[in-house]
Amino acid sequence: MAGNSGPLSPRAKLAVTAGKAAAAVSRAAGRGSGSVIGGKVALKLDPDLLARLATHLDVVLVSATNGKTTTTRLIAEALRASGPVVSNALGANMPAGITSALAGGSDARYGVIEVDEKYLAGVARDVSPKAIALLNLSRDQLDRAAETRMLAEKWREGLAGSKAVIIANADDPLIVWAASSSPNVVWVAAGQEWKDDAWSCPSCGGVMQRPGDDWFCGECGFRRPTPSWALSGDYVLDPHGSAWPIHLQLPGRANKANATTSAAVAATFGVPPQVALERMYQVQAVAGRFDVVQFLGRDIRLLLAKNPAGWLETFSLIDGPPAPVILAVNARGADGTDTSWLWDVDYPRLAGHPIFVIGDRKLDLAVRLEVAGLDFRVCETVDEAVQQCPPGKIELIANYTAFQDVRRRVGN
Amino acid sequence: MSQNSLRVVWVYPDLLSTYGDQGNVLVLERRARQRRLDVQRVDIRSDQPIPTSGDIYLIGGGEDRPQRLAAERLRRDGGLNRAVANGAIVFSVCAGYQILGHEFINDLGQREQGLGLLDVISTRGEGERCVGDVLADIDEPLGLPPLTGFENHQGITHLGPTARPFARVRYGNGNGTGDGFEGAYNDTVFGTYMHGPVMARNPHISDMLIKLALDVNALPPVDDRWYEALRAERIAAATQSA
Ligand SMILES: [Zn+2]
Repeated sequence: MAGNSGPLSPRAKLAVTAGKAAAAVSRAAGRGSGSVIGGKVALKLDPDLLARLATHLDVVLVSATNGKTTTTRLIAEALRASGPVVSNALGANMPAGITSALAGGSDARYGVIEVDEKYLAGVARDVSPKAIALLNLSRDQLDRAAETRMLAEKWREGLAGSKAVIIANADDPLIVWAASSSPNVVWVAAGQEWKDDAWSCPSCGGVMQRPGDDWFCGECGFRRPTPSWALSGDYVLDPHGSAWPIHLQLPGRANKANATTSAAVAATFGVPPQVALERMYQVQAVAGRFDVVQFLGRDIRLLLAKNPAGWLETFSLIDGPPAPVILAVNARGADGTDTSWLWDVDYPRLAGHPIFVIGDRKLDLAVRLEVAGLDFRVCETVDEAVQQCPPGKIELIANYTAFQDVRRRVGN
Repeated sequence: MSQNSLRVVWVYPDLLSTYGDQGNVLVLERRARQRRLDVQRVDIRSDQPIPTSGDIYLIGGGEDRPQRLAAERLRRDGGLNRAVANGAIVFSVCAGYQILGHEFINDLGQREQGLGLLDVISTRGEGERCVGDVLADIDEPLGLPPLTGFENHQGITHLGPTARPFARVRYGNGNGTGDGFEGAYNDTVFGTYMHGPVMARNPHISDMLIKLALDVNALPPVDDRWYEALRAERIAAATQSA
């Protein structure tokens, strides 16, 4: 199999080589995997490289505010049943990181690519994907992210002419708004616990009515489409009405939703739900998330939650009281520097758990918990917090850079 | 207004609650309950009429399109203006602050009429968005300690002759007019650009509103340990980042 090295022009080949060299230098200098710097160098030498690398792949794009890294991984596992896959498994999800990932997969048949929300329309134009999975949109990084509805609008414009099959969450009005400009949509009832970014109709601005699991705009008739796939308890319901049990090592409702969407994506490539779901069982942890590590004689489950919708889903999967919970919050560049979002997180749900608070912004969190009337302890380090917990299991929930800090310390 | 009850109205959380604005409601509610007040909190969605019998009305921040929708619906409803005419207190943040003024620039780039409850006019800044920690001195007659907040806005707000600046910035931008003013107030109507949310970092502001509503000079003290620790940290951060 010639893979995709054959059709590359000399310029593209040079770009791939230069990118690999830059990545090697970056790795040698101890600056991480080097995938982003490598991709940047390569794209500079050949701006069309991404499109060319994708030519001989069946590409799937995955985008969302939450769950895109995990879903990318689940889809990649499922499609491996049918052929070799190249994927940006480490979450480098902007054009440079994507280019770098694709350049490393010359024998692949499928490209399964996580895309940052802001770049989705552009990447979709460049790589002519066969399928695009859209999971959810909600507030994230308030100090610099685009407005949530504007993002949906950009997706809507960008996807209008796409030939891809769009596999989209029927339970998120913003996703439905973004996807419904496309002629070829497979709707998945994947659920969306967080509702506070879609009380206003994305089409006309009317107030959305949300009885039970349904939703509609009373003013313009924009409403929830009828899904052909659905998550129902622990089962995926396929378009024929068959129910397939979900067996995942990954915890929580949100991951079952991710598996349902992934099964729908796999089916568009001819991989049956049963095969797809069996393969998804292999996934234990994704870039450290959901991993259980031993540290100071305790078992700590590492959970990443970056925004109110993510925290909400995370609270629903942790063990009940008296399981201790460590909360870690930073507000560095990658987290967003405005911590106001802490007040949109439903912390009263943690009532009854022993709570320990760490991270750069532990005092913001302390005031949040004090106003919620919860008992908590503020600690200087993860070690100090862990030492105050009895031996056994600890749930640790952290936002982005806090999660990286914790991983470094606990050796994950 | 009776002496032991407090009606708090949160205006349009479906449109104006993007920046943790619920925090101001929660802090106000908590601190009133700690003073053994009987608090009735009412959240009013933008398809419901604004009650005119509230003591304190809170309005938060939002994105540009919801801001326009909120202004349209509040103008049509008229309840907030009637409540203020009856002596109600209004505390507004960011997009909500702009709506209380005479006009602001909407998401379509047009001048949108506000409620005229504050003598201010807002425009949109041409430069970079104002983002970061702010430290400011609250207008002296209000008798409050320094204001710490996080600003995150593109808007610029000019004060007319009958509005007083809520605070004067030491670090940060505030109203963005270059005169150092932050926020505005007039009688019982307040506006600020400060997030954080602002009452979590400045619990004295919620106490001030409660005192105004009850028409009392003092409230029993509550445990402010965590608020004070956060204030000290954020004031230092604003000072250092400058
Ligand atoms: Zn509508």
